[in-house]
Amino acid sequence: MAEYTIKVRRFQPESGEGPYWEEFNVDLDPSLSVLDGLLQAKDNEDGSLAVRCSCRAAICGSCGMKVNGQSTLGCKTQIGEAQEQADKMKGATGVSAAEASSPIRGEGSDLGSADNPIVIEPMGNMPVIKDLITDMESTHWTKIRRVTPWLLPHGEPPEREYIVDPESMIDITQSMACIQCGACVSSCLSMEADPGFIGPAALAKAYRFVGDPRDAETQERLHDLAEDPHGIYDCTHCFSCIDACPKGVAPMDQIMRLRRRAGEEGIEDPNSGHDHEMAFVKIIEKKGTLDESLLLQESFAPGVKGKLKPTKRAIREMLGSIPTAIRGIKTGKMRSLQKLIPGVHHKLPGGAQDEVKAIYKHAETHNEEFNLYIKGEEGELAEVDVEKGIERSTAPASEEVGK
Amino acid sequence: MSDEKIKVAYWPGCVSRGFTPELHGSMALVAERLGIELVELDRANCCGAGVIAEHNQELADTLNARTFALAQQTGLSMMNICSTCQGAQSECQQRLDADSAYRAHVNEALSGQGLSYEKGEEGGWTNKNFLWLLVEDYGLDRLAAQVKRPLSGLRVGPFYGCYIVRPKERLGYNHFPDRDIYLEKVIEVLGGQVVEYDGARKCCGFPVITMARETSLRQAGTHVGDAIDAGADCLVTPCPLCHLNLDMQQPEAAKVVNRDLGLAVLHLPQLVGLALGAEPKELGMSKHIASTGWVEERLTAGAAA
Repeated sequence: MAEYTIKVRRFQPESGEGPYWEEFNVDLDPSLSVLDGLLQAKDNEDGSLAVRCSCRAAICGSCGMKVNGQSTLGCKTQIGEAQEQADKMKGATGVSAAEASSPIRGEGSDLGSADNPIVIEPMGNMPVIKDLITDMESTHWTKIRRVTPWLLPHGEPPEREYIVDPESMIDITQSMACIQCGACVSSCLSMEADPGFIGPAALAKAYRFVGDPRDAETQERLHDLAEDPHGIYDCTHCFSCIDACPKGVAPMDQIMRLRRRAGEEGIEDPNSGHDHEMAFVKIIEKKGTLDESLLLQESFAPGVKGKLKPTKRAIREMLGSIPTAIRGIKTGKMRSLQKLIPGVHHKLPGGAQDEVKAIYKHAETHNEEFNLYIKGEEGELAEVDVEKGIERSTAPASEEVGK
Repeated sequence: MSDEKIKVAYWPGCVSRGFTPELHGSMALVAERLGIELVELDRANCCGAGVIAEHNQELADTLNARTFALAQQTGLSMMNICSTCQGAQSECQQRLDADSAYRAHVNEALSGQGLSYEKGEEGGWTNKNFLWLLVEDYGLDRLAAQVKRPLSGLRVGPFYGCYIVRPKERLGYNHFPDRDIYLEKVIEVLGGQVVEYDGARKCCGFPVITMARETSLRQAGTHVGDAIDAGADCLVTPCPLCHLNLDMQQPEAAKVVNRDLGLAVLHLPQLVGLALGAEPKELGMSKHIASTGWVEERLTAGAAA
């Protein structure tokens, strides 16, 4: 047993007051969870402390919350580890997670405050109903419904179940492991800047149907997700959802797969996301290292030197980048033709560029995807495999997949 | 840490020789003063920044396997100076290391060039950002002994860049759990004062600057604004792509968040260089968009006090 101080961000709408911090002292084994700590505080100190939970075993996905700023499940975070994290951040910055957390004040926040409490907050990017309970409906579920989260097969349904080759379902087992806890939505840094972003949970769910061999509207789905300006090209590639997800879904990886599929379909999107990707890929093939000015030009107006004419948005964006370029010329940052004129960038020296081109040739004929979630790491111990099997047991078919 | 000379295969990346030339220059200067020998990989290629992997994973893995193989040819471990290179290369390395058959398949594409990437033993061949190398191999004590002009009174906000802090499982945090507080450690050793603010480990927004400009600039502007509100004199970053959004785009970001900004953003080697006694001009600080004048004033005031 060990003593911990948990500092909880509380809020009761009926009080008419804003949110406030309250500390609770709890006493439990370090291997028990942050959720166990909260339930002890609720039992012993304040029965009105509101937290949503059910299975306590990282299966039901009810207890999404932020622990020391990290979005996670309360039941999957050991309280001893949460304390270590709080101590580490205090040691690094001289500021405890509590002091660094959202600057709200309330009774007791400065009274008898523990040096270094574990800070617990409701999930981010969604409204708070009470204490640690967030409104999943207005953000999470609305966005999930946005991606048509059901199968859209064509033709007469078969008399019994759809029969598919098991191999063809392996690809989507990772996104099927989602338990809808919302931790990834809470952590999403794109949504923080653009609340309209469809977001990691819904896009991972979208891939689950895009990759499903029984679905007949793959192209329509990809068009929809790519053509929405708050869709797949609004993801800022920050990896937050990957670290937040308690089930290894890696929503960002699913978003990147959606981009790849949309690209293969040749879908032109209003964000010029596909043009940006293709411009990047082609520049490295030609030059080996990145020609930034060419990337900028080609992202907005591919082939402008040829016959394609840029869109209105492209012209606006390119004009918009002129002040930045002028500032760069003034300070000397961009004061060379190489940096200013698209395409003047040098190639790699002494035949190295041909080596890069040869790699393109080889990779383009294979285009292999190596998914570690599915293939696992070679030489892992048998026990570890067993653990992983259990870990992934909520994902249908994943047990066979792991072998 | 020992005093033995450190020699590394050095991958400077694209942006440090493109829109942030001051990074490449300041790294060379600082390496010399620290006694780190850099063997530049001038034939190596772009890491793909996650964009090539988005297009064709095998292509990204092979391109980076080539860079690793070129580094291994020198018999040295590799160093990069870009969080994005670190993240994109670690991602490919993780896949290559996971499976010998896949590695052999990728190496097949390199065989015509006399190259091959070999998986290192635990603690063997590594690819580390300058930040990791500084703390783990060079050593903070040794760095402290090199400080000629402590950054007394300078309040510095760390800004890591997503690719060097997430995902933790891929970036060696099981062996080096403190990698997400190294910037704070370095700032302290150099005599500066760490500023805690909300954005230190958040996204600068750069990856979507051409795709979702407002989302992108709102991120950059918010973090710079938060750091100013927390009392920072400057930010420091180990990532030149973050630098592009936080510094080069700062005037544009200010328009999106609708407030005055004007906060200097230093590359990690520049901050180290200042503490080693180098002049702001030789560290290329005049090339920045957000003026570094205030940092220089604070340092002068700190030295006089």
